[in-house]
Amino acid sequence: MSTVIESALNGVQFGLMLSLLAAGLTLVFGIMDMINLAHGSLYMFGAYLTAALVEPTGSFLLAMLVALLATAALGMLLETTVLRTLYQRDHLSQVLATFALILIGNEVVRMIWGPQPRRLALPELFSGPVDLAGIQYPSYRLLVIGVGLAVALLLYLVVARTRVGMWVRAGASNREMATVMGVDIKRLFTLVFGLGALLCAVAGALLGPLLSVQVGMGESILILAFVVVVIGGIGSIRGALAGSLMVGMVDTVGRTLVPGALGTVFSPSVASNLGPTLASILIYVLMAAVLFWKPQGLFPARG
Amino acid sequence: MAPLDQILGRRTGAVLLALALAFPLGADWLGQGFYVDLAARIMIFALAASSLNLVMGFGGMVCFGHAAFLGIGAYTVAILMDAGVDAAWIAWPAATAVAALAAWLIGVVSLRTRGVYFIMITLAFAQMLYYVFVSLNAYGGDDGMPLAARSALPFGLDASSDLTFYYVVLAILAGAMWLMQRLVNARFGRALQAIRENETRMEAIGYPVFRIKLAAFVIAGGAAGLAGALVANQAGMVSPGLMYWTQSGSLMIMVILGGVGYLYGGVVGAALLLVAEEYLSGLTLYWQLPLGILLLAAVLYARNGALSLPARWRHG
Repeated sequence: MSTVIESALNGVQFGLMLSLLAAGLTLVFGIMDMINLAHGSLYMFGAYLTAALVEPTGSFLLAMLVALLATAALGMLLETTVLRTLYQRDHLSQVLATFALILIGNEVVRMIWGPQPRRLALPELFSGPVDLAGIQYPSYRLLVIGVGLAVALLLYLVVARTRVGMWVRAGASNREMATVMGVDIKRLFTLVFGLGALLCAVAGALLGPLLSVQVGMGESILILAFVVVVIGGIGSIRGALAGSLMVGMVDTVGRTLVPGALGTVFSPSVASNLGPTLASILIYVLMAAVLFWKPQGLFPARG
Repeated sequence: MAPLDQILGRRTGAVLLALALAFPLGADWLGQGFYVDLAARIMIFALAASSLNLVMGFGGMVCFGHAAFLGIGAYTVAILMDAGVDAAWIAWPAATAVAALAAWLIGVVSLRTRGVYFIMITLAFAQMLYYVFVSLNAYGGDDGMPLAARSALPFGLDASSDLTFYYVVLAILAGAMWLMQRLVNARFGRALQAIRENETRMEAIGYPVFRIKLAAFVIAGGAAGLAGALVANQAGMVSPGLMYWTQSGSLMIMVILGGVGYLYGGVVGAALLLVAEEYLSGLTLYWQLPLGILLLAAVLYARNGALSLPARWRHG
């Protein structure tokens, strides 16, 4: 039982981190109708920068803060120089251009920090476990859940309650109408992109100590973030959060439960062979099933 | 988009064919026999990319899981060989058929969706297959499996000779391109392109839209499976990496680079990408940086791929 609770907590933790990436992705997708494959590169950049700054600054928190601001700045720079020229182009051009950006990003990171994966140590304060009603759970993961929840809540409040959030929602549901009503889409979008990059960096910095910080880390998580966006419905923040939690949960809990569940039906050798496969496939089955019944995702932003 | 067929159709084909026929002689003469192998690889990926171009360029269906069919074809050859069947005339058609069958199954479900959702659902199926093959320990799992030899060719041709293999691949590619040229200009191909332009109208006129799209998807899947059979033969091994999403992405890049919806878009794109990779990786350890910059420049300056350039120059 305790392993189930533990993996459920891990699922929530991973899901919340995914939602940070998915939020930026879904807004870029929803407002500008732009496919940005390079979104994961910003996540990688945030993780690397945090790892590189921990030593000179002597503080995880400080390193992370600098990394956040730098990544946000990089995101906005990228938007104003390259990506802006792509909004009017078809999806395929965007795919090719942002794929090119992935190659460039990976190689630049490799040139600066070398090909070896980097270790990012846990902050001292959170290196031990905590006791949760009899379950030993790593305090760092609990911290990640806490920060993830706080950021998700903050993001929700910004989008739902502020004027900028209103513009964002207007832009996502109907860009032309929003422009006609006086929203400065151009400036709004640089802002959204910076915010998206910042969220990427939060996820990168927080996941850095849990996964390894390496070249290409952005691509594997990018695919998951796209799955989340499609399940949740393009352009919907609420969908991104719901989708992230579903994907995080199904992926993490599936890995714990599926092999055991199969073991009760099949022979141990079949179960141990089939289990990991089924667990890896589960989120794609989930996505295919959601699209089969709800072709627009769970919370379509456009009516 | 290319106006239907006439863009550089036959003439480009004839020029490319002549070049390809003469290539090994020239390479041999220059003492660069190594490049014959690269050229064969380019032609194999040209076949795979062209099959993607059929669905993506002519059918308007952006399939982000096309490498799945490549992998299925490759594994069919490897698994048959493992079972003792090494004749090319059985294994290669079998690879085509199995991949076409898989395309039919995936197409029936995926073609219910459109646009970005279609992109993602095809990706989902390809990833599922990837993980299935990763877990097939009997066939090498994660590491893939080596092939004992190349498939045995009929008429006493020696497949282990790289030169013979080169000409076999060339014959297959030329045949496939000829068929594709016939197909996109036939009633079926015209209907497919009309569906790309306006699906609702075609539905209203009474065309069986779903069936036409599915047929194109199945043909493309089969052709990619054949390319996969050739990949397995050339590399001498198969691995799940063949169907990973980055491989699908790279096929897409080839088509976009060459020209989406141009008959020879896939061929030109495969050649451009693989030659650039080969050249740059020999030049520097950090070759992906210049490659990325080149691709970015291609998007910004050759808007619809390399094959759109001549027309733009002509019209100023």
